[in-house]
Amino acid sequence: MESFLEIFDIYLVEAMINGILLGGVLALLALGLNLIFGVIDVTWICYAELVMIGMYGMYYLVQYYGLSYYLSAPLAILLVAALGALLHYLVIEPLLSGPPINQLLATGGVLFVLQSFATVAFGIDFRNLGIRLPVLQFAEMHFSYSRLLSFGAAAAGMTVVYFFMKRTYIGTAIRAIAQDRQIMALMGVDTRRIYLITSALGGALAGLAACLLVLQYDVHPFVGLSFGPITFLICVLGGLGNFVGGFVAAFLFAEIISLGGLFSDLEWGYVLAFAFFIVMMFIRPAGLFARRS
Amino acid sequence: MNPRQAAWIVGLVALIALPFVYRDPYHLHILVLILIWSFAYTSWSIMGRFGLVSLGHGGFMGVGAYVTALLWNHLGVSPWIGIPVSMLAAGVLALVVAYPCFRFRITGHYFVLVTLALSGIVLQVITATRDYTGGSLGYTPNRTKGSQWLALQFDDKITWYLIALFVWVMGLLVWRWVDRSMSRYAMEAISDDEDAAAAAGVNVTAEKLKITLISALMTALAGALYCQYQMFITPDTVSGISVSLQMVFAVIVGGLYVSLGPTIGAVITIMLAEILRIGFGTKAVGWDNLVYGVLLVLFIVFLPRGILGSLLNLRRRVGWTSS
Repeated sequence: MESFLEIFDIYLVEAMINGILLGGVLALLALGLNLIFGVIDVTWICYAELVMIGMYGMYYLVQYYGLSYYLSAPLAILLVAALGALLHYLVIEPLLSGPPINQLLATGGVLFVLQSFATVAFGIDFRNLGIRLPVLQFAEMHFSYSRLLSFGAAAAGMTVVYFFMKRTYIGTAIRAIAQDRQIMALMGVDTRRIYLITSALGGALAGLAACLLVLQYDVHPFVGLSFGPITFLICVLGGLGNFVGGFVAAFLFAEIISLGGLFSDLEWGYVLAFAFFIVMMFIRPAGLFARRS
Repeated sequence: MNPRQAAWIVGLVALIALPFVYRDPYHLHILVLILIWSFAYTSWSIMGRFGLVSLGHGGFMGVGAYVTALLWNHLGVSPWIGIPVSMLAAGVLALVVAYPCFRFRITGHYFVLVTLALSGIVLQVITATRDYTGGSLGYTPNRTKGSQWLALQFDDKITWYLIALFVWVMGLLVWRWVDRSMSRYAMEAISDDEDAAAAAGVNVTAEKLKITLISALMTALAGALYCQYQMFITPDTVSGISVSLQMVFAVIVGGLYVSLGPTIGAVITIMLAEILRIGFGTKAVGWDNLVYGVLLVLFIVFLPRGILGSLLNLRRRVGWTSS
């Protein structure tokens, strides 16, 4: 019994640390989605599918063109950033004056398009980079190096975005637009340009997430469905457009998934996370850090 | 009897007579699918038309299909009892999710994302309980020998066609009933301005819950029927986000604010999918969905009122209104 408890504790600690590592990538995804929502007031239902395209981009750059991982990553990020800007220009911009629900549904249509495009172009096989990173061992606990790298890169990416938003002129303009859409246009800010830049930035974050996720997961056209919904939940739980809330919610969710997965399958971890979400909707419907009106 | 009613009756008689005159099994199969999905889309539009855009209906449909099939296979409960039980389950689920949403005024994007989570949950639960539900490989209700009323299994397409037709007409009648009830005015007031509606004495939460419950119950019935007809369900075909999106798209394509809009949407989307599937054949997997997706996006961008809705709008503008 004694030894059983000891093993159990080690697993528990391992699961908790893995939860934190998973939380980094989820926080990155939530940040991108929150950025788009906070500034343009649109939810990209197809956000996870942009990540999927980025993962394919990484796969082809590394496997097909033989580039090194660290060279491919910036290219994949640029690719998804361009895709984000294109999505805004082609789909969102014509709909900006229409009912908000149409913008949401149009991005849902893009989800279909991207999924079937990937099926047509890349087939439905599961593919992976073929890069196997070592597993770190620390006091009888095992952590995959790829997860540590993901966490580090996600943290770095979020820091860069933070300073971009705080220290640059464009970042300031983006934050200002998030506060008041109409006034900023009157102040002489070109809102169209800011929207386009924000979309590209959101795309770039999806691209960064793609570079990190491709290390841990196989790519297939429907891979987006396995982390898309959870990203939306995180954003809603944190309060849509609330960066800090999304950050905290990402780690909460990752812990629940990781610890829930410890006792049963990983899917039950997800089910638990979903259940937690619904309970939280009763308690804090407008997000974790919403001020009570 | 005015010409409008006469047209409805003639149309209905023609639809009932159709399978006795025309017996091509493939075309009847497509018609049955169109009728079942039309019913599902109509169910969605009952709440969708009031601005309650739900992406959780894939969840309700999945509950309807899986609860019915599981009860039949594991406990030997006839679908005649299983279907009401599954509808009840979907109804409870709808209330559990919808109550906090409505009580705490969760609307717009938030509501869409919360309901999106719901269909995600149902999909994950079905996949996670693979020991009972077969997981993502799908699930088949146990077959009986030949057609049996008790098991709601029929070998011939004509019976299914008539059942689907009956349910579809019932769906339209519910749509009409809601359309002519006080609830419609209450819901329209709510979708315009919730606070003003509440101030005018509308019980916002209760009205929304009522509409959501009706919609969820009907969607579960559609799921159960689909399961009984196809005799094979997978989490991806009856639940999850893609099914939810499929519903919304079909309704948008057909027209959200007219009773036959969802049906027109089902006819167009299912025919389109079939034509593309046959046209591209097996040599190009995915092309059909790609064209489908592009058309949907174009639709939302250029024809947000839907085909039937736009036509009716045009007619109204030209000046010969009938209703």
